[in-house]
Amino acid sequence: MALEREKHLAERSLLTLSEGELLELYRLMSLIRRFEDRVAEMYTRGKITGFCHLYAGEEAVAVGAIHALYDKDYVISTYREHGHCLAKGASPDKVMAELFGKATGVSHGRGGSMHLFEGERRFMGGYAIVGGGLPLAAGLGLSIHYKEEPEIVCCFFGDGALPQGAFHETLNLCSLWKLPVVFICENNFYGMGTLTQRAICRPELYRFAEPYNMPGVRVDGMEVLEVYSAVVEAAARAREGHGPSLIEAVTYRFRGHSMSDPGEYRSKREERLWQERDPIKRFRRRLGERKISSAVLDRIDRDVDAMVDDAVRFADESPEPPLSDLAKHVYVD
Amino acid sequence: MAQISYREALNQALKEEMDRDERVFIMGEEVAYFGGAFKVTDGLLAIFGEKRVRDTPISELTIVGAGVGAAMGGIRPIVELMTINFGLLAMDQIVNHAAKIHYMFGGQAKVPMVIRAPQGGGHQLGAQHSQSLEAYFVHCPGVRVVVPATPADAKGLLKTAVRDDNPVIFLEHESLYSVKGEVPEEEFLVPFGKANVARSGSDVTIVSYSKCVYDALRAAEALEEQGIDAEVIDLRTLNPLDLDTVVESVKKTGAAIVVYEGWRTGGAGAEIASQIYEAAFDSLDAPVQRVASIDIPMPYNRHLEAAALPRVEDILRAVEHVV
Ligand SMILES: Cc1ncc(C[n+]2csc(CCOP(=O)(O)OP(=O)(O)O)c2C)c(N)n1
Ligand SMILES: [Mg+2]
Repeated sequence: MALEREKHLAERSLLTLSEGELLELYRLMSLIRRFEDRVAEMYTRGKITGFCHLYAGEEAVAVGAIHALYDKDYVISTYREHGHCLAKGASPDKVMAELFGKATGVSHGRGGSMHLFEGERRFMGGYAIVGGGLPLAAGLGLSIHYKEEPEIVCCFFGDGALPQGAFHETLNLCSLWKLPVVFICENNFYGMGTLTQRAICRPELYRFAEPYNMPGVRVDGMEVLEVYSAVVEAAARAREGHGPSLIEAVTYRFRGHSMSDPGEYRSKREERLWQERDPIKRFRRRLGERKISSAVLDRIDRDVDAMVDDAVRFADESPEPPLSDLAKHVYVD
Repeated sequence: MAQISYREALNQALKEEMDRDERVFIMGEEVAYFGGAFKVTDGLLAIFGEKRVRDTPISELTIVGAGVGAAMGGIRPIVELMTINFGLLAMDQIVNHAAKIHYMFGGQAKVPMVIRAPQGGGHQLGAQHSQSLEAYFVHCPGVRVVVPATPADAKGLLKTAVRDDNPVIFLEHESLYSVKGEVPEEEFLVPFGKANVARSGSDVTIVSYSKCVYDALRAAEALEEQGIDAEVIDLRTLNPLDLDTVVESVKKTGAAIVVYEGWRTGGAGAEIASQIYEAAFDSLDAPVQRVASIDIPMPYNRHLEAAALPRVEDILRAVEHVV
């Protein structure tokens, strides 16, 4: 699937990243998986409501990509953004509280699952309009360019955004102005129930980079190190002033489109095939090659479990936002 | 005081604000080398260079969206839409993004940007180039809506808009660019939400904004000959709306007309009329009258176009109903 070169770079990352970094990648993927599992449970129990789109199965994309960034780099995402927000360093307590609609949530209960924001971590928001975040990424890139800062923007979106005008306008503009943006298309083969091949005129999405005069690569989005090394390269290019890149990360969501979707348009066989490529299990095997014992990884899993338990408790015990604040923040005073 | 045009007044405001604050920059179609489709940004490229006066491709959605992102990133864009008609392509970024970001993220992010756009009919430009769309924005909480009538207000309100931390839709009427008026030479700002009593009178209140203020004033002169003393209120901004000044006037006159160039149905004037009813029903001697464009796409033919737009004689006829 991915090009040989990307595979090779990933191999090198396995050797060059420190053990601490590799374990951090594992920890974040494990955290997101367990977080999302508990979110599903809380949704079923009525603690979380509204639209809720889970990231299980796609963890390697957010975690690999964001590990390739500096803290002050911007990340912007879609409504399926719990993973990106956590990977960027948001507190699981505050993210869970947001899903519960509580005052202590990252968006103070105004946003919900689809609209997380963590300004201090430069997580610039989840947006529920397909393609809507792309022009914003261009603007953040422009602000960096304008202030002559060293940061870059990492913009996540689904395959469903490709047919949007916003995608094409934004890639053109960013390439024209050489803005420091890394575009990451999470190709999970579906936009809701529609297969990409029923929505997009060519199957290799990374090739949409060509007409916009920027590099495009496809990586295995179930391999955290492959995503990581591709983003390292694209980020360096952006940081050095050579402009944007498009990375297509091929991945799969393990659950329905949202909590209300049983996903009946996908075959059990297809789902099983992708379950076998589970990015967390695969990464455990890779870590074995670096002689990291499974006992160490099990301990991480347990720590993460405790963290998610704490997040649920925190969210549950947090206060509702006061009604007196209903109309606060419509305008900046 | 100097007599300058609405266009020059806007140009001065842009220049002064860009001089004052390095974060302020302009982008849009034809704003740099062409000097703006209506020449409002003329000469600014030579002073500030391409970094701060930026020509963009014809991508309204992304120009506005990039403005929103840039504002979130800490700089202060002034985005020029060639006309508001093309701004419809950017409605997603205005309504779903710019207007929502501060609230939706619990006050953490802000979008200090100005979207300037010419609008309005009267130039035989046909159905796709003659609209007045302020009502679309007035309907949406989270964006300020500014509609200056005079050169002085154009300048003072634009300067305020640039300093405001909210997204501001700044609508300039295409018929006003060459209109001249007195503009103070020293620095000044015109605050949002403060209507101007353009003419005081005691018999009827004519509420208006943008180009229609001039029609209202002309109507007031004609009324004076008939012995009717009209008060003309120029709202200046529609969000925030200075209802107090309107209500105070209606309490004095007992009669109100709202004059606006948008379509009659669902226009900003309909909202103003409702608010007058809610706040001053007991003071009214007759129902509030709306004088607006008739509900049709704008025709090209000169006579048809003139008949579609609100005219001075329409205002006079409306006044007959209330006085
Ligand atoms: C502009 C717009 N149109 C339609 C929708 C409804 N919608 C929500 S998600 C979705 C599918 C998007 O798929 P994709 O971009 O591939 O992201 P994924 O859900 O697979 O992560 C659609 C059609 C929307 N939110 N925004
Ligand atoms: Mg998809």
